[in-house]
Amino acid sequence: MTAPRSGSILTTYRRHKELLLLLLPSMVLLVLFNYVPMVGLVLAFKDYMASLGMVRSPWVGLENFQRLFASEDFPRALRNTATISLLRLTFGFVAPIVLALMLNEVRVSWFKRGVQTLTYLPYFLSWVILGGMFLMLLGSEGPVNWLVQAAGHSPVSFLSNGAWFIVTIILTGIWQSAGYGAVIYLAALAGIDPNLYEAAAIDGAGRWKQTRHVTLPCLAPTIVVLLILSLSNILNAGFDQIYNMFNPMVYDVGDIIDTYVLRRMVYQDFGLATAAGLFKSVIGLLLVVSANGAARRLSGGEHGIW
Amino acid sequence: MKRTRGEKIFNVVNLAFLGGVALVALYPFVYVMLASMTCPTKDGREWTFKAYELVLGNPEIMTALGNTALRTVLATALTLLVSCLAGYALARKTLPHRGMVLFLILFTMIFNGGIVPNYLLIRNLGLIDSIWSLVLPLLVSAFNLIIIKNFFQQIPESLTEAARVEGASETAILFRIFLPLSMPVLATVALWTAVMHWNQWFDAMLYIYNDDKQVLQTLLQRIVIQNSTAMQDRVRTGLDISRLTPESVKAATVMVTVLPIAMLYPFVQRYFVKGILLGGVKE
Repeated sequence: MTAPRSGSILTTYRRHKELLLLLLPSMVLLVLFNYVPMVGLVLAFKDYMASLGMVRSPWVGLENFQRLFASEDFPRALRNTATISLLRLTFGFVAPIVLALMLNEVRVSWFKRGVQTLTYLPYFLSWVILGGMFLMLLGSEGPVNWLVQAAGHSPVSFLSNGAWFIVTIILTGIWQSAGYGAVIYLAALAGIDPNLYEAAAIDGAGRWKQTRHVTLPCLAPTIVVLLILSLSNILNAGFDQIYNMFNPMVYDVGDIIDTYVLRRMVYQDFGLATAAGLFKSVIGLLLVVSANGAARRLSGGEHGIW
Repeated sequence: MKRTRGEKIFNVVNLAFLGGVALVALYPFVYVMLASMTCPTKDGREWTFKAYELVLGNPEIMTALGNTALRTVLATALTLLVSCLAGYALARKTLPHRGMVLFLILFTMIFNGGIVPNYLLIRNLGLIDSIWSLVLPLLVSAFNLIIIKNFFQQIPESLTEAARVEGASETAILFRIFLPLSMPVLATVALWTAVMHWNQWFDAMLYIYNDDKQVLQTLLQRIVIQNSTAMQDRVRTGLDISRLTPESVKAATVMVTVLPIAMLYPFVQRYFVKGILLGGVKE
């Protein structure tokens, strides 16, 4: 592996000049658009003044963070983010597993393919499109409220009543991503050794017992790993979806960290916005690293994102 | 295999439930499509393509559509090029500082500067209102690089030996031997990149102020989500709007944005699925 060192680093570079040149465009872009902004995070510790620019704006230590936690909006955004994420995890995590298990029992292949195709289509559309569609469907004159009224209730304000807004966000989130999530589980299901099912059938296990004693245990590692990894995403409550579906009436429950950061930025409060963003990025980093470690340990080094 | 009665009942229930799931998945699209093609009259609704005439005849929407198409094509082509070059270098174990470079790439997957530093960078680079502000920042993705690098690594060395003996350059080996062998994975990366750019709206919302440079998704957002009546009126002016509701104009705008992807979708589905499965990618 390690060849004896001949000459200086420069000689090595010269020998691999072509490879380094191939790598160069990516490295320049990577540094410029990923690492330079990381340096820009120092703004979190500065009082940004447009006239002075980033470098000459005065340092203020942790003042931005103190303002952040003393404010009313940021702690609320933090709470809302955690609440929405946990609700997504509770309901949204199970949906693709159930969908995959049910699809797996279907023997009519065109039907199986058809349902799959329809359920993961929304994943490839933006939340601007999907949000726009749901604004129409869930409006006071929309078809969902026709049904509600036909059932003898008064129309529901799905998007302006706090509790209903959360329900709507969770359900439309499942609608958008369950099909996508099921693809991963279906691939894991397809990888299960058919001999296991035959052996179970010979032992007299029906399909329900086969599911309980063969399918679920075989699926367990995938489920555990995906669960741990999604735990690390707890500070991402789904900006695209929420931004395109919420309005000031539901800020109480629907304003999350990302929407808060954007609002501070629009008000040119760059120091505060950066501090909030940095807080989120650092917690996110810690969560991902520990989740990945846990996933690897549990699966004996088989799984994890790296 | 013989089936018990319980299993038969289960099958029926299962198929019925999944049929319901399919209907729920499809219904929003059908509803919006119908809303875009009908308008209310005294006695029910009647078919009309007025809304599409308005949307497709609107210069602002057409400009935005063109900008989106341009951005998508430009970004996809450049992403493929740059990622293949880097992926090839990274696939070679002899690359100097390979471990450190891979770490630098992977680290961007789990940590980033966030929107404020990114916005200030774009502003300082003078890229506000430029299509490059939408293309360059997203060009290098750790995800694409690792997928392509991993694929290149699986190509057996025996295939390149002859070319090396003949003194072919690395670039020649990449373009003549590696790329032709990598079409499926490149198609997957291309498709995901194209869809991502087609769907992007947030960057254009932050970086593009000039309406001539705006992209379709951001315009759609103004019309449909922010419900800007000024925008809607601008779409509706000039034609007989007496019987056209804002709803059907909104619906038609949504459909115009959905259709390109929906039409492509059946043909390229397997690449989408492959992309989802590559999501389990790791070093």
